[in-house]
Amino acid sequence: MQELSLHILDIIQNSVRANATKIELNVTENPKSDQYLIEINDNGCGVDKETLELLCDPFFTTRTTRKVGMGISLFKHSAEQTGGTVEITSEAGKGTSLTASFSYSHIDRPAMGDIAGTMTLLIASYPQIHFIYNHHTPISDFEFDTNEVKAELEGVPINNAKIIKFLKELINDNLEMIEANLK
Amino acid sequence: MKVKSLADLKKIKAEVQEKIKLREQGENADKIVQIKVAMATCGIASGAKEIMSYMIEELDFRGVDAIVSQTGCMGYCYAEPTIEVIVPGQSPVIYGFVSKEKAKEIIEKHIVKGELVDGIIPVTFKTIDE
Repeated sequence: MQELSLHILDIIQNSVRANATKIELNVTENPKSDQYLIEINDNGCGVDKETLELLCDPFFTTRTTRKVGMGISLFKHSAEQTGGTVEITSEAGKGTSLTASFSYSHIDRPAMGDIAGTMTLLIASYPQIHFIYNHHTPISDFEFDTNEVKAELEGVPINNAKIIKFLKELINDNLEMIEANLK
Repeated sequence: MKVKSLADLKKIKAEVQEKIKLREQGENADKIVQIKVAMATCGIASGAKEIMSYMIEELDFRGVDAIVSQTGCMGYCYAEPTIEVIVPGQSPVIYGFVSKEKAKEIIEKHIVKGELVDGIIPVTFKTIDE
């Protein structure tokens, strides 16, 4: 995959399939310590210890439509190419956390790309899920919470095309404000 | 540059509320088309994200009432991006190798006019016994 935002879209599908009702994405840019961190937390069904060890195996999947499951292994490969890692912790019944660390300046680190598109497509498809997205840069922080949006909307569906378009612009504007490195 | 904030949402909210009201009073209330974009690793790697954004924008632009959502892998990894089009009262149809041009054609012909378009993956067939 060419952009980190595509990986994020892919990894969050796992949380959705784990029946999560709350999914949190944290992106932390830290050029000083040469780190680009992506953290995804969910409150889904989680996995047991035995399954946790299999998650990075490209030939492990819970799907029945195909026999490979490349999402996490591709993401891990991408992180390791820059000298980073992917770590996953999970507790059955409580949820799963995934942390990917990339070297900020490494030439092989993919660009973040269209993260606003990733978040808004997820919101459009799963309006019932509570999404939180925080982006930290050395300049400032941007916090986005679908519960705040829903409170403002007072019952108007959040997945309406016009609302989705607005939210995409809102995220992009704010990311530009905090000078997020998306390229 | 003026940065958008949640406060700006009010205007759009009113606009959307008005539209929903009109739709509920209209005769097409139960005729909403559903489109599901396969969005697993295989689909995303083949460009399903762009297709989904395009479909949402294009349908809104044309004023077609439709719900675009995501689904998992349907097992047609070779034919990604795939989309499933469900028109109320008709059997679901799955299209493979959907490009932006194809997506436009599907909206113009299948969804608006009701004509099937080339590129269908034959899955929902019926035998003579049924």
